Amino acid sequence: MCLGIPGKVIRLFDLDGTAMANVDFGGVQQEVCVATVPEVQVGQFVIVHAGFALNLLSEDEALETMRLLNEINKFNQAEDEGKPAA
Amino acid sequence: MSLPSSEVFRSAALTRQLAGEIRQVVTRPWNIMEICGGQTHAILQYGLDQLLPPEITLIHGPGCPVCVTALESIENALQIARQPDVIFCSFGDMLRVPGARANLFSARAEGADVRVVYSPLDAVKLARETPQKQVVFFAIGFETTVPSIAASILHAERNKISNFSILPANVLVPPAMHAILKSPDNRVNAFLAAGHVCAVMGYWEYEPIAAQYRTPIVVTGFEPVDLLRGILMSVRQLESGRSEVENAYERAVTREGNPDAQAMITQVFEPVDRQWRGIGLISLSGLGLRPRFKSFDALERFALAHQAVSESPLCIAGQVLRGNATPHDCPAFGRECTPASPLGAPMVSSEGACAAYYRYQRVKT
Repeated sequence: MCLGIPGKVIRLFDLDGTAMANVDFGGVQQEVCVATVPEVQVGQFVIVHAGFALNLLSEDEALETMRLLNEINKFNQAEDEGKPAA
Repeated sequence: MSLPSSEVFRSAALTRQLAGEIRQVVTRPWNIMEICGGQTHAILQYGLDQLLPPEITLIHGPGCPVCVTALESIENALQIARQPDVIFCSFGDMLRVPGARANLFSARAEGADVRVVYSPLDAVKLARETPQKQVVFFAIGFETTVPSIAASILHAERNKISNFSILPANVLVPPAMHAILKSPDNRVNAFLAAGHVCAVMGYWEYEPIAAQYRTPIVVTGFEPVDLLRGILMSVRQLESGRSEVENAYERAVTREGNPDAQAMITQVFEPVDRQWRGIGLISLSGLGLRPRFKSFDALERFALAHQAVSESPLCIAGQVLRGNATPHDCPAFGRECTPASPLGAPMVSSEGACAAYYRYQRVKT
């Protein structure tokens, strides 16, 4: 139920006064209500649940998380290489 | 720039790395509850529980909306769905959830017009297209789902679609966390907070809970790397005696959440007491329509007979939902109770713990 899928906003439109968007999910497009992300722009990513955008997804934060994780990974690999084989 | 794909957050190398870090940090036994049933399924699907050191026990929480929807709500849904000139709309998971004697699938087989919708807005569209029918949407779900229901009601009001209504059954996470932590048999040392609930609500609401019960709360996503990061951050807090709210799902969640979505919820709904199936009444744990929107309340629109209802005596869903038992503790698990003929809601839902254990073939060790 609380499944949320990231998708990219392709087009914004109005459905009888409600803000909507076409959102691309890795090649599959769907109509999504964007009423609670009024600032959303074409090209941005949103997290979608039950045909509804919950919030914007932050590219910067996603990349920062990956950078942190990769640093830990590299640090540990370097540590492992410095250890004698068990 | 483009978003790192979900695949990156399923990296086997990073997952192993994080599991290794957890093993290095942990020194004593800890019980960590993942609140959301979607996380329970991801943990079992990717076998993350088996990567963890024996000190860490994951307790599966009540965050399965289908599982906690009160039996009385399901009986009300059945009564409404069976009335003539009603189209009853629901998320698909709800159809097989057992009521006292029937479920929405069997009502449909007997002639009720029960339809599965992907979004509550689809039910509003259906109401506009079929003005001669009453279209009722079964409003279940946590804070993740509530904005979509609030937006649908505002859309119906704006477009004067008067044959649309909802059967209100939404529930809230923070009151359930209070109920778990206050319980004398509580075993939870830390919580993984549900990432998509927090995408809407933020995590400011959890700060007083973490402080009051001295319990770490880490906002956590749904991919293997996200989940192990959440567990690692919880274990680090537990081992160092901290009890703070931290965010391990930065790309979707901020402390404030989505203020526009929260405003929409507050505009349409107000907190009410609600029964949770298997758990009981939790004060101010549900959402009811505000007076301005009462005309969209199916409970007011349809005259419903009160029915005495009782659960299967075999099913231990309540204990599973409170985290006091695992599905393996149930004598009916995989015998009288299977996804094809469930005795209790957790065997039905794609978020129920029993269905997760059954699907991913966890054997008792």
